[in-house]
Amino acid sequence: MWEAIWQYEFLRNAFVAGVLTGFTAPLLGVFIVVRRLSLIADALSHVTLAGIAAGLLLEKTIPAAASWNPLYIGMGFSVVGALFIEKLRAVYRHYEELAIPIVLSSGLGLSVIFISMANGFTTDLFSYLFGSVSAVSRADVWTAFAVAAAAAIVILTFYKELFLLSFDEEYARVSGVRTTLIHFLFIVLVALVIAASMRTVGVLLISSLMTLPVAASIRIAKSFKQVIGLSILFGELAVIAGLWAAYELDWAPGGTIVIAAVVILLFALGWKRGRQR
Amino acid sequence: MENGLVVQIEDVSFRYENENVLEHVSLTVPKGAFLGLVGPNGSGKSTLLKCVLGLLKPNSGRIFLFGEPIESFREWHRIGFVSQKANSFNRSFPATVEEVAASGLAAKRGLFRPLTHEDRRAVEAALAAVGLSGLAKRNIAELSGGQQQRVFIARALASKPDLLILDEPTVGVDARHVHEFYELLGDLNRRGLTLILVTHDIGTITDRVTDIACLNKRLYFHGKVEEFEHLGNEAISQFYGHPLHVLSHEHERAE
Repeated sequence: MWEAIWQYEFLRNAFVAGVLTGFTAPLLGVFIVVRRLSLIADALSHVTLAGIAAGLLLEKTIPAAASWNPLYIGMGFSVVGALFIEKLRAVYRHYEELAIPIVLSSGLGLSVIFISMANGFTTDLFSYLFGSVSAVSRADVWTAFAVAAAAAIVILTFYKELFLLSFDEEYARVSGVRTTLIHFLFIVLVALVIAASMRTVGVLLISSLMTLPVAASIRIAKSFKQVIGLSILFGELAVIAGLWAAYELDWAPGGTIVIAAVVILLFALGWKRGRQR
Repeated sequence: MENGLVVQIEDVSFRYENENVLEHVSLTVPKGAFLGLVGPNGSGKSTLLKCVLGLLKPNSGRIFLFGEPIESFREWHRIGFVSQKANSFNRSFPATVEEVAASGLAAKRGLFRPLTHEDRRAVEAALAAVGLSGLAKRNIAELSGGQQQRVFIARALASKPDLLILDEPTVGVDARHVHEFYELLGDLNRRGLTLILVTHDIGTITDRVTDIACLNKRLYFHGKVEEFEHLGNEAISQFYGHPLHVLSHEHERAE
C-alpha cells in the first residue's frame, strides 16, 4: 500500500483523512465516554446521514447543486441535531437518554425519505455509510484537517474546564465554570467531527472509532492524560491497519478499521487480565 | 465591602412549587467560625446551601458573601465546596489524585488560562494539608472512601478558599475514617479557615464545631455549642419533630 500511496492521489487522500480521523475521533471520544454520552455519537451520525442523503438528492434533482459537497449539508444537519439533543435533554430532565432515540430515529426516518425521493442512490451512498478508500476528495481532506485543528484547539484551550465538567458537573457549576457554554462548544465539535469523519469510516461506524480506542485505553491508563494519549494511539493504529486491510483486500474501510479497533480492545483486555494475575 | 462576616443570610424564604422549604431564615457566619448546620432530612439544609452557593435563587430575602450581595459576587474561588455527591462519583473515572485536586482551580484561573507553576504548588500544598502527598500519582479509584473524601477536600482547598462548605461529607465513609476526617477539619479551622458543615447527625458534630444552627424550614437555634448543649433533649426533639437524645462522641473539640 505504501508505494501506492505515493503513486495515487485518492489513496493519499484516504490515508491523510484517515489519520486525521484517528486523531480527532478518540480525542473527543474520551470526553464522550467518561461523560457517558457514547450513544450521542450514534444519534448524530444518523442525523448526518439524513444531511448526506438530502445533499445527494439535491445533487440529483437540481443541476446547480451538483457542485455542493453533501458533506457540508451533513455537517449542518449534524450541528442542528446536536442542538436538538441538548434541547430535548433539558425538556426531559429526568429522562435525558430519551433524546438519543428521538434524534436517532428522526435522522434515520429523514434519511429513508430522502433516499426514497431520489429513487435510491448508487455506490456513492454506500461509501458514506461504510467509508471508502477511493471516494475521499482533496476537499474532504481539507475539511478533516480544519475540523481536527478546531478540535485540538478547543480541547487544549478548555481542557481544565472539560475535565471538571466530565468529572463533576455540579462542582464545575458551583465553582463558577461556564458549563453551558463549554458543553455547547463541545457538542457542536462532536457534530462536526462525526460529519468530517464519515468519508473514511462511514456514518454507521464512526461512533465506534470514538468509543473503542477509549474503551481499550481506559483499562490500561493510570491518568486522564494517559487515557487521551493512548486513545489517540489506538485510534491511529486501528485506522492505519484498517486502511491497509481495506486496500489489500478491497473491503470497505469502515468495517476493517472498526474490527482493527476491536482487536486492539481485546489485546488491552487480555493485557490487563495478564497484569492482574 | 467585607465586614468580618463570611456569610450573611437575611430573611430568606424558598418554595418548591407549593411547598415552603425555607421560611424567613436569617443567619450569619463570622470569619473563623466552624458552623454545624443541622436538621432532619427534608429540613431545607441542602436548599439553603444551594442558595448560598448561587445554585438556587431564594423567593425572598438577601444573601451576602464576604459582604458582597450574591447577585454581584464573582469570587467563587474563595468558596470551597465538598458535595454530598462527592461520595457517589464515578469510581471508575480514569484520573489521578493530582488531576482531581487540580480540577478545583479551573474557575479560579478562568477561561483561556492554563494552570501555572504556582497552581501546581497550590495543589501540592492542598494534598499535603490533607495528608495525601504520597498518593498524588495514584488513580483515585484505588483509594479508600476516607482517602477519596480527602481528595475532594484537597480539590476545594487548592484554590485557597476562605470558606469551606461541606454537605453531609461523611455519608459513605466508614466509621474508622470519620474520626480522622473530623480531626482534619478541626485542624483546618484552627489554621483560620471558616467552615460550614451540613449534617442530619447532631451527635457526631457537637464536640467538633464552634457554632450550631438548627434548621427545620425555620431556624430554631443559632449560637455557640455550649448554649446548644444547655437546650436539653426536649427542645431539640421538638425541633427535630420526634423524641431525640443527643449522644456526643468523646473527641476533642475544635478550638
